[in-house]
Parts: sequence; C-alpha cells; structure tokens
Amino acid sequence: MLDGAEGPARQKAMDLLVRYGEALGAERFVDVSNIAGVPGSSTLFLHNYYKEHGGGSFEDVFSRFDLDSDETVPFPKVGGNCCHLQGGMDPELWAEQGMSLEAFAHQQQDEAEVRRHGIQVLKTCTPYLAGNMPAFGEHCAWMESSAVVFCNSVVGARTNTEGRESTSAAMLTGKIPDWGFHRDDYRHGTHLVQVDVAVESVMDWGMLGYFIGDAVQENIPVVVGKLGQPDLIRHKHFGAAAASSGGVEMYHIVGVTPEAASLEIAFDSKKPMATIRYGPEERRRVYESLNSNGRDANVDYVMLGCPHASIEQIGEAARLLAGKKIKDGRSLWMFTSRAVKSVADLNGFTKTIRDAGGLVMTDTCSAIGRMLPKGTKVVALDSAKQVHYLPAIMGIEAWFGTTEDCIHAALTGRWAGELR
Amino acid sequence: MSTITPTKVILRGRKVVGGCAEGEALVTRDTISGWGGIDPMTGTVIETHHELRGVSFKDKVLVFPGAKGSSGWSAAFHLARIANAAPKAMVFNVMTTKIALGAVVTRAPSVTDFDQDPLSVIQTGDWVKVDGDRGVVEITKAEVTKKA
Repeated sequence: MLDGAEGPARQKAMDLLVRYGEALGAERFVDVSNIAGVPGSSTLFLHNYYKEHGGGSFEDVFSRFDLDSDETVPFPKVGGNCCHLQGGMDPELWAEQGMSLEAFAHQQQDEAEVRRHGIQVLKTCTPYLAGNMPAFGEHCAWMESSAVVFCNSVVGARTNTEGRESTSAAMLTGKIPDWGFHRDDYRHGTHLVQVDVAVESVMDWGMLGYFIGDAVQENIPVVVGKLGQPDLIRHKHFGAAAASSGGVEMYHIVGVTPEAASLEIAFDSKKPMATIRYGPEERRRVYESLNSNGRDANVDYVMLGCPHASIEQIGEAARLLAGKKIKDGRSLWMFTSRAVKSVADLNGFTKTIRDAGGLVMTDTCSAIGRMLPKGTKVVALDSAKQVHYLPAIMGIEAWFGTTEDCIHAALTGRWAGELR
Repeated sequence: MSTITPTKVILRGRKVVGGCAEGEALVTRDTISGWGGIDPMTGTVIETHHELRGVSFKDKVLVFPGAKGSSGWSAAFHLARIANAAPKAMVFNVMTTKIALGAVVTRAPSVTDFDQDPLSVIQTGDWVKVDGDRGVVEITKAEVTKKA
C-alpha cells in the first residue's frame, strides 16, 4: 500500500500509520476490521480554513486533516465494519441547540459523504449500545476514550485509544500499529485499588472511576473490595470517569471483568506497582472535587446522557419526570444515540420527557457540540466525565450528583444534592 | 574576576518525530488533556485543576509527563498546528497512542525515553533545542551560575 499500488489515499493512509507506528516504537501492524472514528467531519472553522487554503470539500478535509496529507487525494469506499462516532448537533433539534442553518446544512453534507463512503452513521459515543458490539479478543481501532475503556475492560476486545487520524487511516488500510492493548503482555494490571467503602449507585461508580483515573493516570488498575455487581450503566460511568481524570484505557475488577478471574491472573502473577485505598475520606474528597465548580444553587440547565444514555436510563428519567413539569426558564436535555432514541420513542419515554418540558437529543452532547440552552450559567450533571469537561470548555458552574438530584434541580430550579 | 557561564545540559532519548526546533521551555508535572483540556485556537490549557490553567504553549518547547483524557488529543493538537498555536517541540516521559499520534500530526520534533528525567532537569524559561532525528535535547539553563 505504501508504494501507491492501491491508490493515493491508501498510500497516504499507510504513510501516516508508518510515522505513527515509528513514533510508538511498534514493530508491525495488526489487522483490524472494526473501526470507529469521526472521518472527514469538520466544524465550520475547519471547513472554512481549508476553503481558504486550497479547498473545503469533504475530500479536502479528509485528505489534509484526517490523513495529514499536504495534498487532496480521491477518497475511495472503506472496507470492514466502520462507523462514525458522535457528531456536532441533533438532526432535528439543531435550532433549539443554537446551531445555524449554515452549520446544519454543512453537517448534513458531511453525513451524506460518510454514508457514501461505506461508513455507518451511528453518531454516538456508545457504539456498543447502537449496533457495534465487538466480540472478546477482537482487534479494533476505536476512538472515544469511554468506548475504548469499555471495549477493553468489559468486553475483552482489544483497542488502543486511537485518534481521528489513525482511525481514518485504518478505515482505508485495515491496519493499526501492533502496540499496547493489542498485545497480551500489555493488558495486565499495574496498580491495586482496595475499595473500603460501599460502591453501589451509578454516582458511586462514577466517583470511584474519577478517583482511580487521577490516582493511576494511564496505568491499569485492578479493583477489589466492597463493590456491588456493576451493570452496563455503572461500567459506562466508571470507565468514562477514569478515562477523563486520567488516561485509563483498561481496568480489571476481580471476578467481574473477563480478564480478571483472579487477582493472580489480573496481575499476571506480578506484584502491583502500588496499592491505593479508596475509603470514606477519599469518597468525600472526590465528591467535593467534582462539585468545586458549583457555587450558585440556582440551576438553569440539567444535562443527562454522558456517555450517551442507555434505554434503561432514558426510561428512568421518564419515570422521574412523568406527570411533572420542569420549572419555568429551566431546561433538561438528555443525550443518546439515534438507535436508542428510536427505542425510547417506541416506548413512549421521549414523549413523557417532552411533556414534562425536557428534550431527548441525539448525536452529540453539550461538551462535544459546545452547546447550551441560552443564558445557561449553572448546570447540574450526573456524569463525572461531563463535570470534568463542560465547565472548563464552556466557562459555566456545575453541580454533580445522582440522576434524581439532577431531575429534582430541573423540577425546582434549585440544587439540593449532597453526599449520602 | 568573575565570569558568567550559562549551564548546558544534554539529554539523550528516542526519536518520536524528526526535525529540529528550539524555544523557551514550558514545563509541567501534570499530564495534559487534548480535547477539552486545551483551547486549540490559542494553545491555552483550560483544564480546571491543571497547574498550567490559563497558560499557552504556543511556540514553546512543551515539557510534560504525557497525555491523558479524550481520544481527541491528536485532533486538538492538530487543530492547534493549523491555528499556529502549537508547541514548537515536545519532550515527554510516558508513551501513549494519544501522544504518539498527536506529535506526528502536530509535526513537532519530539523525543521521549530519556537517560535522565526531563521534568527534573528542565525548568520553565530554559532555552531548549530539540533534535528529533538524533533524539538529543540540549538545555541552556535560564539561571546562569557564577564562577569565581
């Protein structure tokens, strides 16, 4: 491919992957057919930049940004099971999100190009809830840190945290550097985390993940102790938080995750580099840290669905909002994938939430789309990951609590959450 | 009679991205988030609890432990390059896919795997020359030492 025999796009893609592999110190490539990225998408800034510098078509952006090429090359159809992760706005509620008609039209064009090139439009950070669930041991090339940590830890499939450029190049070549989590010896635990306080609720799992990410950074924690059985939602919030406060791409929970049948197996019989304890004091400090951006108890926006909500979470929100009304001047937006929203529509959840004054939105979130209801100063969130990012990106105050705390704030306009 | 001699230190490591660049060092002991952790338009760190919050790495030699956070790391630094707000070079300790790809698309000469810890040797304000191809980093200390 590198010699151009398979066309200039695959040549450019291979050239980028070789430079990337050399930077890593990888010695070979591994074949991948399950690839999740954000190929060719551009914000108006990027689109206009390339327009002023030679051309702003989808092919221009894909060549010059995704493949890091100095020239535009024709972009052939991709092979394998390739999907597009989250996008920039809801395909129907974009005006409510404050997006311009120009931005919407541009997004529609990009999406049509993605489809035309053989890439599935999933438009979500949770592809595993929207039709792309890898199998144990499958080699993948995925972006989206929360999906990567889920893929490695919960599923036992194999991916590094790839970026936009490497996933786009992999879609054309079916190759990715054989480094890191593709290799057996890299997947064992490095740090032992002893949990000495009960971790049960989704909020608890989010806080534990946030604590562990900060404590171990990019290492691999092995978690033992007072843990309830985590379901998919708890894994989703735990992993997303650990991947935000640190760079956790894989974790083991002894007796729970598939590559940790025992402590010895999780650590490959090696000694942990360090042992970290999570007790009541650590729990309190994480809670305070996650609420350190909150001062004004007057909440004007509640954002749910980070990472994108599962059908169960939308059902829970609908149950908490049924027959009630969100306080005047407040907004509640819940984000999910188009696939899960269609199930929420079918079950009446979308309508129940809408009747209460909330909106179920797809494709994006407030951090990815940089979008807030007009005039938002204070947001309430049930995701440690979103608390990590949204106040920093949008310059607003944020409260962190349970889904119930957040919905209570939407109904009353006041934050009343506390550590229970 | 006293003379003032600038102290030079040489670090040897492994090439990540080739090429040569030099500039003033910006050093942090905190890992850096790309997407959501920096403003690519200005090269400013925006992460809430980061020790460099509000500080820009534009045209600096960025010396840091490594990357963390979102898979948008490479795209954020790539965008910073397009906005002319990228670091001139990168010197770091911990290899990850985020930083490898990020350094490649930022096209900034980058070195890792050093014989000494760059975070201990280099201070913000030092003048740093990075030779990516040879994996050599030359530091001229900002504080000059007086010799009798």
